[in-house]
Amino acid sequence: MTPPETPPPETPPPDVAADVAAEPGAERWRSAVFDAVVEGNTVTVTFLAFVAAIVVGGLLIAFTDPNVLPKFGHFFSTPGAAIAAAWSSASGAYTAMFRGAIIDIHTVSAAFHGGSITAVFEPISETLVNATPLILTGLAVMLPFRCGLFNIGGTGQFIGGAVVAGWIGFALQLPPVVHVIAAIAGGLVGGAVCGWLVGFLRARTGANEVIVTIMFNYVAQFLLLYLLGTHAFRRPKRIDPISRVVHGTARMPHLLGSTLRVNFGFILAIGAAFAVSWLIKRSTVGFEFRTIGANPDAARAAGMNVERGYIVVMLVAGALAGLAGAAVVLGTDYSLTPGIYGSYGFDAITVALLGRGTSLGVVLASLLFGALHAGGVQMQAATQTPIDIVIVIQALIVLFIAAPPLVRTIFRLRGQRSGPEKRAALKVVGA
Amino acid sequence: MTTTLAPSLPPAASPRTRRRRRVDKKTLGGLVIGVLGLVDIVGFGLEARSGDARLGLTLAGASVHLSPLKLPPGPTAIVAGVITLVLAALWLRAELGKLARRAVIVGSGMLFMLSFLCWASSGKTMSLVGLLQSSVDRSIPIVLGALAGCLCERAGVVNIAIEGQLLFGAFAGAMVASASHSLYLGLVAAALAGALLGLILALFAIRYAVNQIVVGVVLNVLATGLTGYLYDRVLVKYQNTLNSPAVFSRISIPLLSKIPIVGPVLFDSSIFLYLTYVILVAVQIGLFRTRWGLRVRAVGEHPVAAETVGIRVLGIRYANVMLGGLVAGIGGAYLTIGSVGPFGKNVSSGKGFIALAAVIFGRWTPIGAMFGALLFGFADAVQNILSVLGTSIPSDFLLMIPYVATIVVVAGMVGRVRPPKADGQPYVKS
Amino acid sequence: MKLELRGITKRFGSVVANDHIDLTVEPGQIHALLGENGAGKSTLMNILYGLTRPDEGEILIDESPVAFTRPKDAIAAGIGMVHQHFMLVPVFTVAENVVLGDERTRRLGPLGFGLLDRRRAREDVLRVSQRFGLTVDPDALVENLPVGVQQRVEIIKALLRDATLLILDEPTAVLTPGETEDLFAVMRSLKESGHSIVFITHKLNEVQQMADTITVIRQGKVVGSMPPTASDEELAARMVGRAVRLAPEKAAATLGEIVLSVESLTVSDDLGNTAVRGVSFDIKAGEILGIAGVQGNGQTELCEALVGLRPAVDGRFAVRGRDLTGHATREILHAGVGYVPEDRQAEGLVTEFTVAENLALDRYDQPPYSKGLALNLDVMNAAATDQVKQFDIRTESIGSPASSLSGGNQQKVVVARELSRSVGLLIASQPTRGVDVGSIEFVHRRIVEVRNQGSAVLLVSTELDEIAALADRIAVMYEGEIVAMRSADVSREELGLLMAGGGAGAGASASAAGEPASAAAPA
Repeated sequence: MTPPETPPPETPPPDVAADVAAEPGAERWRSAVFDAVVEGNTVTVTFLAFVAAIVVGGLLIAFTDPNVLPKFGHFFSTPGAAIAAAWSSASGAYTAMFRGAIIDIHTVSAAFHGGSITAVFEPISETLVNATPLILTGLAVMLPFRCGLFNIGGTGQFIGGAVVAGWIGFALQLPPVVHVIAAIAGGLVGGAVCGWLVGFLRARTGANEVIVTIMFNYVAQFLLLYLLGTHAFRRPKRIDPISRVVHGTARMPHLLGSTLRVNFGFILAIGAAFAVSWLIKRSTVGFEFRTIGANPDAARAAGMNVERGYIVVMLVAGALAGLAGAAVVLGTDYSLTPGIYGSYGFDAITVALLGRGTSLGVVLASLLFGALHAGGVQMQAATQTPIDIVIVIQALIVLFIAAPPLVRTIFRLRGQRSGPEKRAALKVVGA
Repeated sequence: MTTTLAPSLPPAASPRTRRRRRVDKKTLGGLVIGVLGLVDIVGFGLEARSGDARLGLTLAGASVHLSPLKLPPGPTAIVAGVITLVLAALWLRAELGKLARRAVIVGSGMLFMLSFLCWASSGKTMSLVGLLQSSVDRSIPIVLGALAGCLCERAGVVNIAIEGQLLFGAFAGAMVASASHSLYLGLVAAALAGALLGLILALFAIRYAVNQIVVGVVLNVLATGLTGYLYDRVLVKYQNTLNSPAVFSRISIPLLSKIPIVGPVLFDSSIFLYLTYVILVAVQIGLFRTRWGLRVRAVGEHPVAAETVGIRVLGIRYANVMLGGLVAGIGGAYLTIGSVGPFGKNVSSGKGFIALAAVIFGRWTPIGAMFGALLFGFADAVQNILSVLGTSIPSDFLLMIPYVATIVVVAGMVGRVRPPKADGQPYVKS
Repeated sequence: MKLELRGITKRFGSVVANDHIDLTVEPGQIHALLGENGAGKSTLMNILYGLTRPDEGEILIDESPVAFTRPKDAIAAGIGMVHQHFMLVPVFTVAENVVLGDERTRRLGPLGFGLLDRRRAREDVLRVSQRFGLTVDPDALVENLPVGVQQRVEIIKALLRDATLLILDEPTAVLTPGETEDLFAVMRSLKESGHSIVFITHKLNEVQQMADTITVIRQGKVVGSMPPTASDEELAARMVGRAVRLAPEKAAATLGEIVLSVESLTVSDDLGNTAVRGVSFDIKAGEILGIAGVQGNGQTELCEALVGLRPAVDGRFAVRGRDLTGHATREILHAGVGYVPEDRQAEGLVTEFTVAENLALDRYDQPPYSKGLALNLDVMNAAATDQVKQFDIRTESIGSPASSLSGGNQQKVVVARELSRSVGLLIASQPTRGVDVGSIEFVHRRIVEVRNQGSAVLLVSTELDEIAALADRIAVMYEGEIVAMRSADVSREELGLLMAGGGAGAGASASAAGEPASAAAPA
C-alpha cells in the first residue's frame, strides 16, 4: 500500500511540493512510513509479524529435521505421516522453547509433590537474565538512533564495559557494597570510552559510524583475546583464555534466591530504560538529540552543537552497552571469556527496531527475545534443534515489522488509514 | 513524538553537516609521512637485529629461479627512513600535483613496509612472492564484495548486506558443490544465493522503502542465523555428503605465469582470480563507458532527473542490487570452494564490511575499490606471515590491523570523497 | 501541436491540487499559466508530463486522446519540460545530460551492450545549440555552470528529443534580468519555428510581455482566461482572488546607532571556494538593508557566516559593538540576533516535530523553558499557544507536526520563533519564498514592525519586488562582492543591471580599490 501522496524524497518532483505546499518530499515519505507503521495498527502488525516469523521458523525446523525428511520421501503414499512428522517436529521444538522460557508444567506438578518451588520460576528467571543485556544494549542502539546515529558497536562497547567491570571485580579487594558499585561504575566508564571514541571520530572527521562501529567490534574482540592472555587477567593454572573469577563482593545480588540466576542487573536495566525514556522525552539534552536526529541543519541553525550532540549521545550509548557488559560479568558469568559478548550487540539492533525507538518498546522486545533465547537453550537440549533458529526468527520478525505492507499482504489485511486528526493526536501523545 | 523505524535517519551526508574545523590536511599528511620515516629509522633501523633478511622472490618449483634478495635490516630501514623524511619535506614544502602526491604516499608506504618486513624477518627467509600471492588471494572476496557495493551504491542503494551475501554464497557454494560433485554448479548456486539475498534487499529497500542500512543489517543477522542453523542442523550431520566439497585447483596461464614475481602472483591462481579480473573490468567499463552505466549513475545521483527522461529508476535499482548480490555470492564461494573447502560458521568474518570500506576508499569506483581491497588483503597476509615468523608483536594486535586500517581510512577519507548523491535514499514514485 | 486538457483532477489526500482543469494550447503559441505558489500549476504540468497520474480527466493531442503513464510517453508525444528545479545530473557533462535516456551507442563486438558514442552526443548538442542560439560547452560539467546556462542545457535536452511543445516551469525565477531577456529571445525564436510553449509563472510583467494567451489558476481551479493586454491589477486580483496590497505601508526610517557592522568579511563555500569577498557594510537600528542579487552570489554564505554557521576566513563582524566573529551560533543568537534561514524545511524547521517544539527550537534549554536538565512542557505549550495566536499560524493544534502546515504557515512558525524573543538584529533570508500572498503580506508587515521598533534588519531576497517594498537601503551582491549600495528609490533597471554584474560604477570601483563598500552608501 503506497499512499498516493508519496513523491520521491530529497528532490520532490518539480513542484508537487510547492503546489501542495503542506509537506515537502522528504518529509512526506517519512510520514508515509510513519502512517504505515503507526496507523496501520501497530499492535496488530507486530503480532502478525511475530506469528509469520514463528510460522516460517517452524517450517524451517520441520523441513530440516533429519527425522522428518525421509517421511517426505513417501509423501505421495502416506502424506499423513509426513505432515504429522513435520508438525510434531516444529511443535516439539516450540513446546520445549516455551518450557524453557515461560513455565514448565512438570516443575509445577513436581512442586505440588514436594519438589522445588524455585524450579517453577527458573524459566522466567532465565528469560529475565537473557533480557537484561538485551535491554541495555537495545537502549544503546535506540538512543543514538533518535539522534540520527546508527550504533552497530554494541559488541565493542559491551566488551569495553565487561573488561573494566570484570577487572575491578577480580583484581581489586574492596568492601562488599562498595566493590559492586565500583565495578558497575567501571563498566559504565569502559563502555562510555568506547562509545565516545566513535562519537568523536564521527564528530571530528565525519567518519561513517556504521563502518567505524563494526570495525571497533572486531578490534575489541581481539583486544579481549589479548587481555585474556596477559598476567593481569588470566586465571592461574588455566591454558585456555579465561579470566580470574570475580570476587563475591563484586557480584550482583540475586533477586529470587541463589538458585535462580536473575539478579540486580535486571533492576539496573529497567532503571536505565526509565532514565533513557525521561532523557529522550523530558530533558533538554534529549530534545537536542531528537532535533539533531530529525534535522541536523535545523539543529545547527537553532544554535545547537551537533558535533557535541553526537559525542554525548555515543558516550551515553557506550555507557549503556558497557553496563550490559558489567551486568553479564558481575551478574551471571563471573569471569571473562572470549565469547562473553555473545550476540548481544547485533541482537540489540533487532531489539531497538522492534521496540520502535521507545524505551518501553525496547524492554518489551528484549523480554520477547530474552524468552526466545532462554527457550532456545531448552529447545536445543531437548530436541537438538540448533539455537541459531532463534536468530533467524528474530531477523524475520524485524523484517516483517519493517514492512507492514508485506505483513498485510501475507494476511490479506486492508491497511487502516485514518485522517490527519488521528495522526496529529498520536504525535502529541508521543511527545 | 513516536519514532518509526529507521527512515527517520537524517540525511547526514549533506555537505552542510560536514562542515567542521579541521587541521590543515597538508600539514597533517606531511606529519604522518614524517612519522613513518622516523619509525623506519628508530623503530626498525636502530632496533634491528643482526643477520640479513632474505626476501624470497620465487616459489618452490618455479622454472626460473631468482636468488632471494638479501638485505641488512638496519641499513635498509635507515635508508628507507631517510628517503621517507625527504619525501615528507617535499610534501610540506613543494606544491605537488595530484599524481606526485599519490606517488609520495604510495612510496613512503612501501618503504615503510619494506623496512618493517626486513626488521621482522631479520636472520630468516621470508617469501616475498608468497606474501604477495597470499595478499592477492585474500583480497579476492573483498574485491568481489566491493564490486557488489559499487554496483548497488552507484544505483543509489546502500548494501550493508554484502557480509550476508558472502556468507550465503559460501554456504550454497560448499553445499551444492559437495552434493553435486560439481564445483561449477556450486559456483552458480553461490551466485544465485547471493542474488537471492540481493533480491530481498531490493524488495525491502525499494518496494517497501525501508531504511537501507536497517534492511542490510537485519539481512546480515538473518544470513548468520540461517547458515549457522543449517550448518548445525544439516551440514554437521551429513558432513560427508553435504559439506566436503572439492576446491578449485590452480590454473596457470601459459607463458604469463612464468614471468618472475608477477607471474605466480597474478597468473597462477584459481578461476576466482580470473573471474575477478573479468568482473572488475566489466563493471569499470560498464559503469563509465556504456549506456547502461550512464543510466545507473544517473539513477544513483538524481533519480528524478533519470525518471523525467524515461529511465526506469526502480527497474535499474532492482537489477543492480541483484547483480551486486550475484557478484558478492561468487566472492562468498571463494571462501569455501575457492580456498578451504567446507563451510564453517561465520566464515566471512567481517570481509563484507571491509569490502564496504574498500568501496569508500576507492571513491565508489571499481578500480579504486580494488586497490582498497588489495590493501586489506595485504594487511591480512602480512599479519598471517608475521605470526609464522614469530615477531615480538602479539598476534592479536596483528589481527587487528585490517580493522584499524579501515577505521583510519574511513576517518581520513571523509570530506575528500563524494558518494553518489541519492545513495541510501529510497525513491518513491508519486 | 495542439494540446487540450479536459477536466483534469488530482487529489493528494484531502487536498485537491487540480480541480477539473480545462486548458487548450494552440500550435505556435506561448500560453502563460499564471497563479501564485501552491495554486496547482506544477501539479498540472507534472500530469501532462507523465510524472503524476490524474485522478480524472483526459489529455488530447491534435484531437486524439493520449494517456501518459511515464515521462517517456510524453517525450514520445513531443512534449518537453524544463522543470523549475533542473533535472540535470550535476556530476555529468552537458553532453551526457542531454543524451541521457536517449543515448546513441557504438556496438562493442557482438554484445548488445554498446559503448557510449560521446562524439555523436557532443555534435548533437552543438547542432541544436547553434540553431537556436543556445550557447553552451558540451564538455563542461553541469555543476560548474551558472544556472542560466543550466537552463539552456535543459532546453537543448528537450529540443533534441524533438519536442514541439515545451513546458517552462517558472523559468525566470533563477535568472538575472539580462538572462531573462536572453531566455525570452530563445522563446520567441522557438515560437517562430512552430513550437508551442507553456510558460508557467507568477510574475505579471513577464506574462504581459510574452504570452499570447493567459490562463489564471487559483486553488487548483481555472479562474479565467485573459488576453496579454490585461492590466496588473486585473491579473493580480484574478490570481489572488482579492485586491492585493503589493507593498506594506512604511514610514520613513528613524535611524539609531549602528547595530551590525561588517568589516571586509571573506567566507568560503562548502567546496572551499571563496563565496564572499571582503564585504563591508553597517546596518543601523531602525533600518532594513536589502541585499539584492541573483541566487548564488554569496548571499547564503554571508548570512550563514553572520550567524556563525560558517567560519569567516577573513574579516570580522560585530553586533552592537561586540565582536562576534568566530563565535558559536548559540552565542550569536543569544546576543540578540534573529535568523530566518532561506530554506525553512532544510534549516528553519524540524518538520516532524510539533509546532510547539519548533517554536521552542532555539530556547528549549533556557529558563523558563527548562528547569535544570528537564524541559518545562507547560511553559513551552503556553508560549506556543500564545505565539500561534499572535502570528496567526493556521494549525489544528500546537501538537500538530509542522509538516501538516502549509508553506506560508510553516514560514510563520519560523518568523514567530525568531521574533518572539528580543531581537536587535534580524537576518531574514528569502523570508517569503514559496509562500502564498496572504502569508507574504503578513511576514512583510512583521518585518516592517520589527524595524519600526528599532531593530536592524538584514533582508536577503532574489525578488526585486520584495527588496523594493521593504528595504530602506539596497546593497547589490554579485560574485561575492557588494558591487553597489543604493538608496531605496533606485530604479529597477539599474538594479537589474547591477545584479548582472554590469554598470557597477561607483560600487565596483569602490570595492576594487579596497574601500568598504558602505562608503558608497548614501547617508
